Amino acid sequence: MKDKKEHILKALKKGVRYDGRKLLEYRKITVEPGIVHGAEGSAKVKIGDTEIIAGVKIALETPYPDTPEKGNLMVNAELRPMANPDFESGPPGEEAIEIARVIDRGIRESKAIDQEKLCIEKGEKAWSVMIDLVPLNASGNLLDAGALAALAALKNTVFPEITEEGIINYDKKTKEKLPLQKEPLEVTVLKIGEYFVVDPLPEEEELLDARLTVALTAENMICAVQKGGTEPLSIKEIDTMVGIAQDKAKELRKLL
Amino acid sequence: MKRNDGRKNDQLRPMTAKVGVVKNANGSAMFKIGGTTAYAAVHGPRDLYPRFKQDPEKGLLRCDYNMMPFSGHGNRVRPGGGRRSKEISMVTQNAINPVVNLTDFPNAVVDVCIELTETDAGTRCAGITAASMALADAGIEMKDLVIAMSVGMLEGELIADVNGVEDCELGATDIPIAYIPSMDKISLLQIDGEISREDLKKALELGKKKCLEIYEIQKKALKEKYSEKVKSK
Repeated sequence: MKDKKEHILKALKKGVRYDGRKLLEYRKITVEPGIVHGAEGSAKVKIGDTEIIAGVKIALETPYPDTPEKGNLMVNAELRPMANPDFESGPPGEEAIEIARVIDRGIRESKAIDQEKLCIEKGEKAWSVMIDLVPLNASGNLLDAGALAALAALKNTVFPEITEEGIINYDKKTKEKLPLQKEPLEVTVLKIGEYFVVDPLPEEEELLDARLTVALTAENMICAVQKGGTEPLSIKEIDTMVGIAQDKAKELRKLL
Repeated sequence: MKRNDGRKNDQLRPMTAKVGVVKNANGSAMFKIGGTTAYAAVHGPRDLYPRFKQDPEKGLLRCDYNMMPFSGHGNRVRPGGGRRSKEISMVTQNAINPVVNLTDFPNAVVDVCIELTETDAGTRCAGITAASMALADAGIEMKDLVIAMSVGMLEGELIADVNGVEDCELGATDIPIAYIPSMDKISLLQIDGEISREDLKKALELGKKKCLEIYEIQKKALKEKYSEKVKSK
């Protein structure tokens, strides 16, 4: 482990990554929207070998008692054993929970979805939006890939039809899109030694010192942040990392 | 009888198969038939834990079937799996077991992960079809591939590859089967609904014939991956 880190640090000093990339360079990214016919919205995102599907399901539910005039939003990540030999089946672990919560915060705190418009009858009936993120292959940077997939899926989400009896007919979709008012994306910047890198490989995630995931709106406003890793960061470092994230978010946005 | 999607009674839905779709796995495959898409990935052979489960005589084939939360037709599928996915995992395991040479890896386990990204009936069958391709891709010694598909009985007529509407709304008798060509044997058989003894025999014959069509697609997908490899080198 120590040798591996020394090796990676030596390469970073020369400005090269494990896979030959530059420090602030993403792997090849593709976004494939609308790949799950039964979901109300969906997208598959590939970043290098990482491949993740986001699916949006919409349901009619009672709003939470503390927010009677708002529809519910839920983000969930499932790290299934398929995607990585180290993943185990069972309830979500720390990693899955962090991914889901950080992506949830980006969407929730930017007010990406106008949750009040989801309300049909105050305190009684509102649309719930449930976003599930499931990687097919996990090879680093699930956070950025997941956030990108979630946004791509939200962008093609349409409401299902309601029958006269007031229940959902999932077989029929309307043309009505989700009330999206912001488009949050997330960029994770890693600090390894004294170097900053984006779009980490699993080898880099394993030995990072610190990590900053920044959720940004199209206006490049910060809407959520998560610091990870065991080493603390200086204010100057945080500022640099946010700057990197803002630059990279602009690049990612072009893919949508 | 006219089928709701315009197919002939013995016609399968359009299919695509691809091998080598999950980079982290030792072997993997995708099989899509109509609106049902199954991914299968093979991890292992690797050490089996807890250790008391290890068998020095032979290895263990372990299958895990799962529907992604957004893959269902109606409501979101709650993650975590339930009785249904447990049972399907088990019958999948039994369907594939006969072709895998388990004595090759004593004390070890081969994990077959099956994930459905979208569904329109026939999910266990698509999973088995994908899983056997993934095992072959992983280089696990096998006697043959296994193919699965569902035969149905609707309004007194036999139909191949039952779709979601036929299964859930029109009330077709659903008969998922898995077939092993080289042994000429059936390794998965379930029936949901009424059928006479004579019709069952006919249904199995039809299933066998149709499985052989899918067999060709499996073999083609496997060959495609490896001929690609040769070309790129």
